Amino acid sequence: MVYKKRYDGRDFNETRPIEAKAGVIEKADGSAYFRIGGTVAYAAVYGPRQLHPSHLQDPRTGILRCKYNMLPFSGRGERIRPAPNRRSKEISMITEKALIPLLNLEDYPNAVVDVFIELPETNAGSRCAGICAASIALADAGLIMKDMVAAVALGKVDDKIVVDLDYNEEAYEDGDVADIPIAMIPSTGEITLLQMDGKITKNEFREVLKTSKKTIQKIVDIQREALLERYKVKK
Amino acid sequence: MTKEEKKESSELLAENKSIVVPGQVIAKGMNYLPTEGTYRKEKDIIASRMGILNINGKIIKTIPLKGRYMPKKNDLIIGKVRDIAMAGWSIDISNCAYRGFIRLEDGSSSYIERGEDLKRYFDIGEYLATKVTNVSGQNLIDLTMKGPNLKKLKAGRIIKINPHKVPRIIGKKGSMISLIKRKTNCEILIGQNGIVWVYSKDSKYNEVIAIESIKKVAEESNSGGLTEKIEKFLDKNIKK
Repeated sequence: MVYKKRYDGRDFNETRPIEAKAGVIEKADGSAYFRIGGTVAYAAVYGPRQLHPSHLQDPRTGILRCKYNMLPFSGRGERIRPAPNRRSKEISMITEKALIPLLNLEDYPNAVVDVFIELPETNAGSRCAGICAASIALADAGLIMKDMVAAVALGKVDDKIVVDLDYNEEAYEDGDVADIPIAMIPSTGEITLLQMDGKITKNEFREVLKTSKKTIQKIVDIQREALLERYKVKK
Repeated sequence: MTKEEKKESSELLAENKSIVVPGQVIAKGMNYLPTEGTYRKEKDIIASRMGILNINGKIIKTIPLKGRYMPKKNDLIIGKVRDIAMAGWSIDISNCAYRGFIRLEDGSSSYIERGEDLKRYFDIGEYLATKVTNVSGQNLIDLTMKGPNLKKLKAGRIIKINPHKVPRIIGKKGSMISLIKRKTNCEILIGQNGIVWVYSKDSKYNEVIAIESIKKVAEESNSGGLTEKIEKFLDKNIKK
């Protein structure tokens, strides 16, 4: 069997509908909401603030600390246990590594910028949604950053290169599936996150990279629009 | 390339006073100078934080809308005594990642003897209006209590606002704050870190009205004709 038409009917290089909002959490220094299809992420940024426990302090630079968390009711089927697990720890770490190239925290020695990402609803691509939300929230917090960062999962389902896989496609059983989350800083083309799950050939991977650039530019435009929207309404 | 050609190739891509976001290209060409909140990449000038764009001749900067307070020399700030050390007081500056410190000799104009009980001067939990005398490279903050307006805040109310709205609340040459002070007959001190102290000798009601109007200024800081609006608000609410 060949994968001719996507389960939800969109084009192969089309993402699910995206919605972004900045400043959704009042008490946070910066916050954002990011929805891509059935995946929803909230990000809250606090800081730069004093870092505890103090043994983590770095006198040369401020640090970034991310926490990725899926809410108990966010999955499909069984309740997700609220404790940190191997998967959420890994994603927290890769989120931090995806965001840190944007920031310059050298002006804040011994301090920390905390990023909390909560996912009330997930349908694949949650780490990418988390990074997108965090990027908006960091800008909303007024931090110095060289650009925005956006992330999206691309991959292969059967013989087709697809953008933004959903759960059904990840679980496709009649052929090879590759799932490649990519985060990129569009102005420099720096890739800050690249993971892969599945099987793909070299040439197909090249095509994935090529397609990712366009998609990421589109998402960054949506992110910027969300930030501007926050101040438009008030005027 | 000749000089004239260079001049022609410079162009602005964003309007003055508009809001810019990180990564947005503000200007092309070498004719403009990037300063605070902007950087140059090859020939482009790019915003490096979200804020209001400010173009002054050739100089481009962004003024942040949000964010934590970073201490600067000579700022008046309002802080809380967090701890008492051997040789001074450790001060909690809210809205800021770092703590301040008042040394013994900066704490009082009278001589403080070694080993004296420092609680007699400032006790833990008390609010102080103090001034920044020095900020080190590691962001250690030296504070002093010597100077006009610097004192222990014994009564009154404390509120927290966005530190970037402080200039708006003070107004041009203090116009806004002196209006509120005059109408409500309150004593008001505004810390650059976004802490405001309001105290009225005889009317607690006026304290509340003063706080309401300060919050109103902070909320509506983007709109025009704010002074008149606040004046109306005060006239309406103050009992005579």
